[in-house]
Amino acid sequence: MHEPHAVEMRGIRKQFGALVASDNVDFAVKAGEVHALLGENGAGKSTLMSMLSGVYRPTSGEILIRGRKANIRSPKDALALGIGMVYQQFRLVHTLTAAENIMLGEKSSVWRGASWMRRKMEEIDAVAKRFGLRIDAGRPVWQMSVGEQQRVEIVKVLYRGADIILLDEPTSVLTPGEADQLFETLRQLRAAGKTVILTTHKLREVMEIADRISVMRKGRMLKTMSRFETNERELAQLMVGRSVAGDVKPEARRPGKALLEVEGLTVEAGKGRVAVRGLSLTVREGEIVGIAGVAGNGQSELAEALDGLRPWSGGKIRVCGREWKQASVRTAIDSGVSHVPENRMRSGLAGSLGIVDNLLLKTYRQPERSRFGLLRGRRNREWARSLVEKFDVRTAGLDTPVRQLSGGNQQKLLFAREVDAGPNLMIAVHPTQGLDISAAESVHRLLLGLRDAGRGVLLISEDLDEVMRLSDRILVIFGGMIVGEMGRDDADRERIGLYMAGMRDVPGEEAS
Amino acid sequence: MNGKTAAAGIDGEAPGARRRAALPRLRIEIDPVRNESPWWVPIAAVVAALAVCAVFIAANGMSPIAVYKKMLMGAFGTKFGVTETLVKSIPLLLCGIGVSFAYRISFWNIGAEGQFLAGAMAATAVTIYMPDLPAYAALPLMTAAGIAAGGFWGLMTAAPRAYFQVNELISSLMLNYVELLLLDYFVFGPWRDPGGLNFPGSPMFTADQSLPTFGRTRLHFGLVFALAAVLLYAFVIRFTRWGYELRLIGSNPEAARNAGINLNRQLLLVMLASGGLAGLAGMAEVSGVAHRLMYGISPGYGYTAIIVAWIARLHPLGLIVSAFLFGGLIVGGYSVQTLGLPAATSEMLQGAVLFFVIAGAALGRVRIRRAR
Repeated sequence: MHEPHAVEMRGIRKQFGALVASDNVDFAVKAGEVHALLGENGAGKSTLMSMLSGVYRPTSGEILIRGRKANIRSPKDALALGIGMVYQQFRLVHTLTAAENIMLGEKSSVWRGASWMRRKMEEIDAVAKRFGLRIDAGRPVWQMSVGEQQRVEIVKVLYRGADIILLDEPTSVLTPGEADQLFETLRQLRAAGKTVILTTHKLREVMEIADRISVMRKGRMLKTMSRFETNERELAQLMVGRSVAGDVKPEARRPGKALLEVEGLTVEAGKGRVAVRGLSLTVREGEIVGIAGVAGNGQSELAEALDGLRPWSGGKIRVCGREWKQASVRTAIDSGVSHVPENRMRSGLAGSLGIVDNLLLKTYRQPERSRFGLLRGRRNREWARSLVEKFDVRTAGLDTPVRQLSGGNQQKLLFAREVDAGPNLMIAVHPTQGLDISAAESVHRLLLGLRDAGRGVLLISEDLDEVMRLSDRILVIFGGMIVGEMGRDDADRERIGLYMAGMRDVPGEEAS
Repeated sequence: MNGKTAAAGIDGEAPGARRRAALPRLRIEIDPVRNESPWWVPIAAVVAALAVCAVFIAANGMSPIAVYKKMLMGAFGTKFGVTETLVKSIPLLLCGIGVSFAYRISFWNIGAEGQFLAGAMAATAVTIYMPDLPAYAALPLMTAAGIAAGGFWGLMTAAPRAYFQVNELISSLMLNYVELLLLDYFVFGPWRDPGGLNFPGSPMFTADQSLPTFGRTRLHFGLVFALAAVLLYAFVIRFTRWGYELRLIGSNPEAARNAGINLNRQLLLVMLASGGLAGLAGMAEVSGVAHRLMYGISPGYGYTAIIVAWIARLHPLGLIVSAFLFGGLIVGGYSVQTLGLPAATSEMLQGAVLFFVIAGAALGRVRIRRAR
């Protein structure tokens, strides 16, 4: 008889009203392994994790921890069983330091003087060091990068004595470099005998880190297998439920005249920080120009300047040959620049308003949509209905608040609005972030459709696969400058990776 | 389903003590789907407020039922009561629409009281400095002055917020006191009626300076202003481009910026409208009811209007209903004084209603479930 599973879930069913989020799921994790739970958005991975961490309770079924039946009713119960969860949205108090966050909720002592604090700091440092997690325990959380915040979360879980560690979509917020660091940490945790369960929908990560892999789809557990028995293709098929047509790899077209010309653009990001320094680039008709780079190298500021949201302090922006005098969203809209913002719910959509109002956002001033200061209600509804159909937005009705739509449908709605405006130029920032494979695919098709219609697309993304798959030309941004450029055919990951890390092989080539 | 549900066991049992299974375990959690409390919450809030205040009335040695009955009769039971209630609901409705405009874009204007006083004073200034104008010139001029002064006072909170990020809650509240003291200065000082036996008030308005009334009641033309303002408010919000912009800003200012809307300009415009409506209310009150500017011209209309707006959830029809209701509460409050209860009874009720409405808005998103 071999050692019992660290976690075993039998016949787990979870219902939210009429929605069955997990349907008779059996799931087992061996002690000391890294187990990846793979599935699209809404496949039920997070629900399963939440039942382990005590946020939800199963409608039926049983959970065994280390072979013993467990009744997990709250995160506190979970912790008592040695289960700790690192959520996708971190649970940290931003104004407190890392150490204070880690000690939060500890009841063991009333007196918290300097010596107590010092001792705790040492304990935390020791835990962090043991697993190779670099954190500065004395620093307030708001000063930390996302990767560092995640490390604080992991240390918190470890410090509280968890040996079954759940991570929900741990890499979704990380840059590629930070993700590699995380994987290194996970390996060390495994080496120390901890059990790790992570959810993800990224195949590359799964193949890189997981010992065993379980695939879920639509609330059902499909298959559990060892990494060595499978390959990315099979996993993708299981996950999506149909054979994935290979890369879209569209054939190249002859690009036409320049749509967007940026010359020596310098953008300041407040507090004297220069985010974009002397950047130049051109987007022509009928091409997709991808900008690859690690987050925080000026991408957001560049996009904001091109959308008219952020003033620039030097250089020129010309759209369709006309130079912009100052930052103005109206000018951007009027010159046919569409914008898919970084965070759709934060700046792209108005969550409490319905579909019609959200579709009107960019075009409500046009005579088609409003006359004499009045909205053309009936006509706008008809128009909205046709867009919802054309772009296949799944919604209960035209007045449903858009925050109730799924992420994929929100993004489709956003694209419906931005594409229907008939843009000359589309600026898309992380357009598929947080989307499942099929939603991401339809977004890619839309971008390629724009390109084939002779429009230009500037694609800013951290997802290197996406950039390489779609772009006719790839630019790499580093420190607010374009440090490398390559065409579709001579692009290779390694070189892009080097550029992204700030290494330039031909110095001065792109400088302006 | 992304773990948003914050769950908490409320019975406080330790995880181990699971023997007493007789009591159902309840869980309070935030409903992940619902973002607004249901429609009946304001009604429930009024009922709850009545119930709580009943305790205090009973503690004063009165029968709550008799007191509520008296209030109801006083406010709505007679023709005089109903017209009085309508008279009180005019300023409440106008100020209520005013603050609703601001709340639409999440601008927390609590300065309707000051804007109301500014309008009242500006209208009075017309009667003081141009006493002999005929009605067709005096009334439009007073109306315009009232709206302009209220709007200007609104800008006094909007501009610092737009350009220096000054918190509007504080500035609008503080400016109320400025107006209040200004009112005291005028009625005790330069504008005091020389023949008024030291009464702190301006000379009585002439018939030309007074808004016409309906028949022989005290109900005046301000009712038309108020109803027109509701219609305009409803129309602007629902059908116009500007209304769309306001809805957008209210829902997500960041998205509104992305639509090319100048947020600062909208802020100024909205507060111009918001203050203007409160100023109009002030003008209607001096010209239609008091016929003079006097000490204590407003029994806190500007503050009550905030409750009126919230209980109506900024909805035009709701505003009419809640303004009428609160007008009745003021009138009913007067009538219970004859029973020997303090006038503050009606203020207590107002406060309790607001408390429960806000509690309802916060808790309306929460559900209680029986956990197994």
